[in-house]
Parts: sequence; C-alpha cells; structure tokens
Amino acid sequence: MQTCALSTRQLNLWYGLFHALKNVDFCVYANAITALIGPSGCGKSTLLRCFNRMNDLIDDVIIKGSIHVEGRDLSTIDIIELRRSVGMVFQRPNPFPFSIYDNLVYGLQTHGIAKKCYPDIVERCLRAVDLWDDLKDRLHKPALELSEEMKQRLCIARVLTIEPRIILLDEPCSALDPIATMKIEELMIELKERYTILIVTHNMQQAARVSDYTGFMLLGELVEFGETSRIFTSPSDERTEGYITGRFG
Amino acid sequence: MPKNRAVLIDQIIKQTMRICAFSSLFFLFLIFLFILIEGLPLFYRVGVGNIIAGFKWAPTKGAFGIFPMIVSSFLVTIGALILGAPLGLACAVYLAEYAGKKKKLFLKPALELLAGIPSVVYGFLGVIYIVPLIRTYCGGSGFSLLAAAIVLGVMILPTVISISYDALMSVPRTYREGSLAMGATKWQTTYRVVIPAASSGILASFILGMGRAIGETMAVIMVAGNALRIPGSILDPLRTLTSNIALELAYASGDHRLGLFSTGVVLLIIIMILNYLANFVIRQKVIK
Ligand SMILES: Nc1ncnc2c1ncn2[C@@H]1O[C@H](COP(=O)(O)OP(=O)(O)OP(=O)(O)O)[C@@H](O)[C@H]1O
Ligand SMILES: [Mg+2]
Repeated sequence: MQTCALSTRQLNLWYGLFHALKNVDFCVYANAITALIGPSGCGKSTLLRCFNRMNDLIDDVIIKGSIHVEGRDLSTIDIIELRRSVGMVFQRPNPFPFSIYDNLVYGLQTHGIAKKCYPDIVERCLRAVDLWDDLKDRLHKPALELSEEMKQRLCIARVLTIEPRIILLDEPCSALDPIATMKIEELMIELKERYTILIVTHNMQQAARVSDYTGFMLLGELVEFGETSRIFTSPSDERTEGYITGRFG
Repeated sequence: MPKNRAVLIDQIIKQTMRICAFSSLFFLFLIFLFILIEGLPLFYRVGVGNIIAGFKWAPTKGAFGIFPMIVSSFLVTIGALILGAPLGLACAVYLAEYAGKKKKLFLKPALELLAGIPSVVYGFLGVIYIVPLIRTYCGGSGFSLLAAAIVLGVMILPTVISISYDALMSVPRTYREGSLAMGATKWQTTYRVVIPAASSGILASFILGMGRAIGETMAVIMVAGNALRIPGSILDPLRTLTSNIALELAYASGDHRLGLFSTGVVLLIIIMILNYLANFVIRQKVIK
C-alpha cells in the first residue's frame, strides 16, 4: 500500500454552528493526483484548506479530529514550515500586482534564500510551467498584464519556487477557457512525478482525465474514495453514481 | 391617477437634487471668481515675481513679497507630514489588518471625533502644552515651526488614516491569501504585499493630508509665532499664507487688502495642485 502524504481521521469542522465537514477519513497518496469532486457547497475547499491551515484565517472555525501531513500531526508542525511544504494554487489566479520576476522571488525573499540563487530558481520554475520561452524577455513587466492562463501558470510557478512537496489546487481552471484548461491539466500530469497533488474540481471530466484517485463529497461527508477508474466506472455508493451520471449536482 | 403623481413627484425630487448638486459647483465658481477678481489686479500691477518671489511684506509701503510665507507654509506642511504620515499609516494598517471587529467598532468613531474637534481647540492645547514644552526643553519662545508641525501632524491624522484605511481595505483578499499560503507571516504579508498594493491610495492620503495642513489657519496662528521671515531652524517662529490673511484682513484696506487676496490666489493654486496630484495618483492605479 502507498503512503499517505496527507490524511485525516474523523475530521469535523464547524463554521460557527454550521457543520461543514463530517467525520472525514481521507488519504492523499504521495506522488499521485487526487481529485475531490462534489456539488457546490459540499465542503471541498474547506477540506483542502485544512491541510495548509488557511481556515485559521476565518473567525469562529472549530476543527476536531486529526490531520497528518507526511506522517506528522498537523498541530505539531510550525505553520510557516507547513505552508512551505504544502503549497496552494487558488481558484482565481492571484499574482501580486508586481512584476513577473518579483512575483517569483516573493517566496524566496520571505524565506530568506540567498539572492544569488534567484535567477536559477526563477528559470527552473518558469520552465516547469512552460512559461520560460514566453516570458524570459519580459520578466520585469507587470504580472497583471498576462492572460488569465499565464497568470495561473505563474501562480503555479510561484508556488514551485519555495519547493513544496505537496500542492493543493482549488479549482485552478475555473477561470480559464477549455484550451488553457487542457494545458494546465497537462502541466499537472507532468508535475505529479515530483509532487503530490490534491485538486478540487467542479468538472468531472477533468477529474477523470487527470487524477489517479478521486474522492466524492456530499454535504460535508466524504461519501466515497478510491481509484479514479473505479469511481467513474463502478461506484459503490448510489449517491456517487447519481452524481456521476448527472442525476444531481 | 396615483401612478402619474408618483412619476411627477419623482421628477420634482430629481430636479431639486440636481439643482442642489449644481449649486455647489456654482458656489465654487463664485469663490474662484471673487478671489481672482480681487487678487489678480495686484499681480498685474506689482508683477508676479515681486509678489511670489519677494522677501518683503510691507503692504502699506507697497511691498507685497510673500515668498517667506510660501516657504513657511510648505515647511509647516512637510513637518506635519513627517510627524503625521507614519503615525497615520500605522494606525490605518492596524485598523485594516490587525484590529478585531470590536476594536474597530470603537476606534473608527474615535477617529471621526478627532476629525470633528474644532481647530481652535487644537491650537489651544498647543499653546497650553506644546509651546511651553518646547520652550523648556528646546529653547526659544516655543512658538515655532516645530509647535505648528506637531499640532498639524495630529490634525492631519484623520485624513491620512481614513483614506489609507480605505486603500488598504480595497486590496483584494486573494493577495493576502496568496502571500500567507506561501508561508509569509502576517507582517511580511502586510508590508510586502498589502501596503505596496495600496501604495497609490496611501500616497493620495498623504497629499490630501498636505492639503489639509496647508489650509489650516487658526491652530497655526495660535502656535506658530507669526514672524515675517523664513525660519532658520525648527525652533524659529513663522507665518503661513493662511495666517497672513486671517491676521490682517480685519484692518486691511486698499492695496493692503488686495495683497491679502493675492495671498489667497497663491493658496488656492497650491491647493488645486495638491488636489489634482491626489486625483492623478489615484487614477493612475485604476488604469493599471
Ligand atoms: N467562512 C465561512 N463561514 C461560514 N460558512 C462557510 C464559510 N466558508 C464556507 N462556508 C460554508 O461551508 C460549506 C462548504 O464550503 P466550501 O467552500 O468548502 O464548499 P465547496 O465544496 O468548495 O463549494 P464550491 O464548489 O462552491 O467551491 C458551504 O455551505 C459554505 O456556505
Ligand atoms: Mg470551493
């Protein structure tokens, strides 16, 4: 059996009185792509954001149960170190209003990495997202001038600069057109050799195309989890089947 | 026919509102007109250079130089900015990034109150506390550039804070999340992402704070000493453009009076430039 890079046991989360995650037992295998699918509001983003403690930013969140990152209890990991090893890409591309270069070195500066390493890291990360050839001559142009797809690639590159081992993506393609989406999907498949990827998506075809494992969530519960091919061909829960065949959601 | 009546009332209200809105424009126009009518002839007669760059202000003897007052106005304003801008920005950052809901609930009204205190009260407190303190610990009479800058520094706080605060609050939450998710601390996020992203609004708040400082009269008259020369140190007294008008208008007549209007013209132009700059800085951002 493979090891879990991320896992939860009996995870419960409340936003005030609203019970958003209910007894979630979940495992994200290392060096694979795991997709979370489910109807809007079922708690996919909430679960994702538990792993890098982004839910801490929200007032009156209560979390019960245990979360492990690479085998270590989340509560024992320093939050800065955690967020460095668990990177996150957001639904809307959110490059900072700086130059492309400054976006890419932001994480390096925050973590005090030697300046002389910047050019190499910038090049390597831009190459990894296939932007180097396009951008190498305009690194000092504002990042906000890029197309949406390039912005999202830049955000992925920005995450790669701090060398996370796990990358969380929350609907990374929902602001993109189909061709851009396809390219980002190809990128994810390339990245999985070196990174563990957890992706939330609304788009079942996307989950089927890119992921190795899929979890289906409904109303805060993780209804079913397993290999993508099995989930999409012979789901064991009738709610999963209902969602996949388009009867609701 | 109730429906028609509703439409009619609607129309009447709309037109009334329009008249009110345009009347403010009309007043502005009137103010300009009168100041220019009264102020410009002297520029024509004495010469722009002799007024703006003249060192001697003796209006009854035909000398209308206001250069020392222009310099003094700017010195006081810059002094106020040096003291008030960092403090105001710090308050705005605290309010926007760190203060919880409860603290905001009590800090915001306090700030509005600060803006509502009449300037004579600031001047009064300046005379009672700041002037003697300066006299005791720094020397001089205490009525000085420093005293005026301190009083004005406090008076521009509400302007700087409220406009900077709005600028900080309009920075998208996604920037903050992006930074935090990279492992940046709250403070790193604030000063490396949020403040730069809000920089044009913050700059505008400083410029509008300058406008506030340069236009302030009463408090400055009370603490600045009003001497008619360019101050040689921060402990020297000085007289600003606004003070000049307020101090002398009551007994001025003839050319003296026109000289005060000329002072007003210069003041008006400076304020217009500052407002234009502030708008320009804000607009720049929107285009980007
Ligand atoms: N800050 C919050 N405060 C209160 N309730 C929240 C908060 N954030 C999310 N919720 C609620 O928690 C539930 C799960 O939200 P979540 O964002 O995880 O859903 P999701 O599955 O990602 O949905 P979507 O597909 O629309 O992104 C929703 O019902 C939502 O209304
Ligand atoms: Mg979501």
